Amino acid sequence: MTLSLVAVVGNPNCGKSALFNALTGLRQKVANYPGATVERRTGPMLGNADIELVDLPGTYSLTPRSPDEAVTCDILKGTFESEKRPDAVICVVDATNLAQHLRFVIELRALGLPMVIALNMTDLAAREQISIDAMALSNKLGVPVVETVAVRKKGLEDLQAKALEALKAGAPIDTFFGTSVRDFQRAARKIAADATLSEGIGHKTTRLLDKVLLNPVAGPIVLFGILFLMFQAVFAWAEAPMGWIEDGIAFSQALLANSMSEGWLFSFLSDGILGGVGAVVVFLPQILILFAFVLILESTGYMARAAFLMDRLMASVGLNGRAFIPLLSSFACAIPGIMAARTIADPKDRLTTILIAPLMTCSARLPVYTVLIGAVIPDTNVMGGAVGLQGLVMFCLYLAGIVSALVVAAVLKRTVAKGEAHTFMLELPKYQTPRLAYVLTGLYERARLFLRRAGTVIMAVTIVLWFFASYPVAPEGAANPVSYSLVGIIGGWLEVIFSPIGFNWEISAALVPGMAAREVAIAALGTVYSIGGSEEMIEAGVGAMIAANWSLPTAFSFLAWFVYAPQCLSTIAVTRRETNGWKWPLFMLGYLFGLAYLASFLTFNIATIILAS
Amino acid sequence: MNHEDKQSLEKAHHTVAALGEMKVGTSGRVSGIDVTGIDGVSAEMADRLREMGFAENLEVEVLHQSPFGRDPIAVRVGSMTVALRRREANIIKVQLV
Repeated sequence: MTLSLVAVVGNPNCGKSALFNALTGLRQKVANYPGATVERRTGPMLGNADIELVDLPGTYSLTPRSPDEAVTCDILKGTFESEKRPDAVICVVDATNLAQHLRFVIELRALGLPMVIALNMTDLAAREQISIDAMALSNKLGVPVVETVAVRKKGLEDLQAKALEALKAGAPIDTFFGTSVRDFQRAARKIAADATLSEGIGHKTTRLLDKVLLNPVAGPIVLFGILFLMFQAVFAWAEAPMGWIEDGIAFSQALLANSMSEGWLFSFLSDGILGGVGAVVVFLPQILILFAFVLILESTGYMARAAFLMDRLMASVGLNGRAFIPLLSSFACAIPGIMAARTIADPKDRLTTILIAPLMTCSARLPVYTVLIGAVIPDTNVMGGAVGLQGLVMFCLYLAGIVSALVVAAVLKRTVAKGEAHTFMLELPKYQTPRLAYVLTGLYERARLFLRRAGTVIMAVTIVLWFFASYPVAPEGAANPVSYSLVGIIGGWLEVIFSPIGFNWEISAALVPGMAAREVAIAALGTVYSIGGSEEMIEAGVGAMIAANWSLPTAFSFLAWFVYAPQCLSTIAVTRRETNGWKWPLFMLGYLFGLAYLASFLTFNIATIILAS
Repeated sequence: MNHEDKQSLEKAHHTVAALGEMKVGTSGRVSGIDVTGIDGVSAEMADRLREMGFAENLEVEVLHQSPFGRDPIAVRVGSMTVALRRREANIIKVQLV
């Protein structure tokens, strides 16, 4: 048998991805469709490698309302260039919302592809006392129906067998259900009513939770509380594991010092690799904690509620609540955030969301914030000891990013992305307990990407930087050896531009490699200072060197710079891909650079004046 | 349908309201999804509302509203909950109970 492509499709919130995961195990390939940045998730079906499964983005109909829905529709119709038309479809249907999902089934049926229906979440349906006659449903639709519980891996073998049968048997007999959405809807409700034995009582937990979480008073408080907890946790919970990693790096450096003689190789390994890459790897715990929050909020169904609560605020700057979801993911990383903007139907809204996504403080900026806050903000508690001052400053930096993003959005929507106000329409899915496996898989993926980046891009940049920071070699007994090197020379030139905002040549030099990835700026400072610094300073780490070398206004100015931080190359690349050209990424680069310079200039000068008085 | 006709129709069915005008906690049955006479809303919006789950004779209940400006609203329709703005919700006519 030749390789067959089977697409897994369904409405959003039907458990489609969980079913896809269960059917493929962990042997998935994640790539991007060329030309479109919709993730292409494929994998061989467990137990039958002749069948390749592809997970298509969720959609409510075959009339696409957003770019990611368009990919699904084009693939199913066989008009998508870089993907062959699937040989069959597995349509995932939420058993607790049958009529709604059947409308899509009826639409899909007309495509003339072999088809199997996975009547999913039958466990939830049973709990809600919904009873469906799968046999009757299958007869009415003329398509095989298999009851499944994706998260418990129930019904999978039966589904696989039915999919194989359907591939052999071909498309279901064409039945005319009408032409308009209304016709499909009527037919779907008739079939659903006929196949439903008992209607059920609804999801009680969801109703109860929403009473609190969408309460006019409690709702916003809970949302704000969750965000606040998230940022406090990033600081507090990560402390111990970060200490372990730091100890590990210090131990390795000591080990090197004992086993090697002084020389360029020692300097390369200790200052270049361990000092530079180590300064970045240490932030893995913080990044994972942040991602864990985002993944949990997504998988519980709370994210849609957050969008509901935020819609009004977003509307005031011309966006809608849906934009809140990509923006919240941007706190982890702007790249998935920018890609998630594909779910926004209106092109102008989508463009605005993409352009402001880098203002959401991403996890790569955490290292910068953490080091600087650790260096210049005392570790004390304020507000009666309940809130750590360092965490509070961190929160303010995040807030500065958010407020700026809203202001920029409002300006963009009135100028370059001017357009009619668009609507907000979003299903609020049932609450679900977050699935540990889902969160852990997501975190593993993140950790792998981060470490791979640390091992490749960041390592390469650090090596180059170490070289340029070490050569030409300074004369014996020079007070600051790095200032004689190429980095020192370039830093000196850039200092002309950056001295009005309080940056010394070391910072100016670190900003250049910082373009590759923001956290590299810290690695670069680590390298520059550890080559130039004394033994004791190297042991104390980058933070101590900053505390010793920078004035307070300079440190604040650097923090302000990174709120806007002309972004990393990957962000520019993904923006180019998403907007199909160089216009918008260059615009983004320009406005962020301008804002960063302005903010730092103001911060530096105001701080200097305040501290002088 | 001209303006007068519309008014007389509303008089005849006192209990019909636009979904977007309903208060939190009120419920009813969808009596129609009609875009005629509504400014700036295309027929496409009616299709979108149907795709999101709104249909004639389905029970709807306004569950929540935004704490800021009472807009958008969260509506239970059949067995699902949909969040939408009052402007679009007005396309849906509800027979109050």
